Amino acid sequence: MKARPRAPFWAFGILFGVLFVLYLPVIVMVVSSVLTRTDHWVLTLQWYRLVVHDRELIDALIRSLEVGFASSFISTLVGGFAAIALVKSKFRFVKPVEALSFLSLVVPELVFALSLLSWFFVLRVQLSLITVILAHITFSLCFVLMTVNGRLAALDMTIEDAARDLGATEWRILRTVTLPLIMTSMLAGFLLAFLLSFDDFLITFFTCGVGSDTLPIRLYAAMKSGLTPQLSALATLMLAFTVALIFLLKRARGLKIFGQM
Amino acid sequence: MTRSNEEPSGELSILGYPILAWLIFFVAAPLILVVILSFLSRGEYGGIEWHLTFDNYRRVFQPIYLNIFGRSLELSTVTALLCLLIAYPVAWAMASANPKVRTFYVIALAIPFMTNLIIRVYAIKIFVGMDGPLQWFLHFLHIPFDPYALTQNTVLVFYGMVTSYLPFMVFPLYAALEKFDFLLVEAAQDLGASNFKILFGVIVPNTRVAALNSFTLVFIPCLGEFVIPDLLGGAKSMLAGNLITEQFLKVRDWPFGAALSVILIILLLGAPLVLRKIFLGSIHGVAA
Repeated sequence: MKARPRAPFWAFGILFGVLFVLYLPVIVMVVSSVLTRTDHWVLTLQWYRLVVHDRELIDALIRSLEVGFASSFISTLVGGFAAIALVKSKFRFVKPVEALSFLSLVVPELVFALSLLSWFFVLRVQLSLITVILAHITFSLCFVLMTVNGRLAALDMTIEDAARDLGATEWRILRTVTLPLIMTSMLAGFLLAFLLSFDDFLITFFTCGVGSDTLPIRLYAAMKSGLTPQLSALATLMLAFTVALIFLLKRARGLKIFGQM
Repeated sequence: MTRSNEEPSGELSILGYPILAWLIFFVAAPLILVVILSFLSRGEYGGIEWHLTFDNYRRVFQPIYLNIFGRSLELSTVTALLCLLIAYPVAWAMASANPKVRTFYVIALAIPFMTNLIIRVYAIKIFVGMDGPLQWFLHFLHIPFDPYALTQNTVLVFYGMVTSYLPFMVFPLYAALEKFDFLLVEAAQDLGASNFKILFGVIVPNTRVAALNSFTLVFIPCLGEFVIPDLLGGAKSMLAGNLITEQFLKVRDWPFGAALSVILIILLLGAPLVLRKIFLGSIHGVAA
């Protein structure tokens, strides 16, 4: 492709300015987690040691991971299957599914969260880790659906036609032809769902019961009472985990939803 | 690409039912419940009484609450406008870079975007906090300041909102500019247009649908934002999101909270219509 005319230098200036402003506080946070001032500044990992030995934090981390795995596993299954039904079959309720998943995307997170809280209350379901998982599945379904849908729509249909001409049933085609082809996008959907779940604060805040708080909720509560280097260490660890997941997601081509790359 | 000439069969459609059931049970039903809830009254100990009333809506129209909604609308509008102003040059610079660097920019913007909001807010608080670099710098320059006002104020709320929602604006604009025909820019350059003229005369009019969509994409979540004003704004900046959260988690007046939510949703449904009118009605000349 022919090179595009370059944007003027001030546009690049603004781009770099934005990146600088976005990353500056994060860098300060990371630095503050390894630096301590006694008489002079010293480099230390003592705050990380404190985090690792904090039983409550580790419990919250385990809960975060449980919620992440359970919710993204189920939403990948349900969302992935739905994408297949929407693209590959004469599913009668395409319109309602599209409308409702669009709705789940545009309703403000806050209203989404409190509607689920009221729903669980009316159904007399005790808030627990299970309600958090149910809520997380609900908001990540639509993202999985979009990710897998994009891949399915770009598939070469002739491969399936060939299998059909050779006498394979629809289910056999699905198992031996389509599923292997969309595996990467299913994985991307899983990672995206996991990332969304691991990072979620607001919906978890409304749907978690006593003793079922996840890591972000812990951080929020701790932050209300003051900032400590230990919290910086915790936040840095969570950040590192998120960045690692993003790079995995890039390898699975899941960042495509942000634009061509 | 050759399309299958056979009609897709109905066999696989069974795979669509789980999501349909899930969405009806966990999206549609809870939202309908909120609407119903908004017409009920509050029970004695914070529960719900199944007794029909319009009182909750009457309360919403009291001046204090209208004020809070007004301030939220203002904050969302200013945030979305600031984002739009910053995002255009950013998306333009990204789209005109060479492909390898483009990927780098996308990832560089996606990382903070996908990082937990709480972590980002925490980082901001460290930055402006007691031992943070900003206060140290102000000390160093002998600029007097109030350390408490510095850690919770409206400027910080804007900073938090704009940096959090900017990617919502940049990514759709970048996607639109990716497909944009840059020959138009070359033509304008050949005809001697300045870069400002190119931006406002060529690029903006041709991508205004994307601009509208991303403006809405920023505006909607801003209106319901709770965490950023809660942690960065302090007690003075009560917004719609905080008000609603308080009704549900602190005051436990769910019916009133539900009524406030319904009003919020109505505002959100109305906003795109108004925005469409402003964006697509006022720019003349270029056909959509």
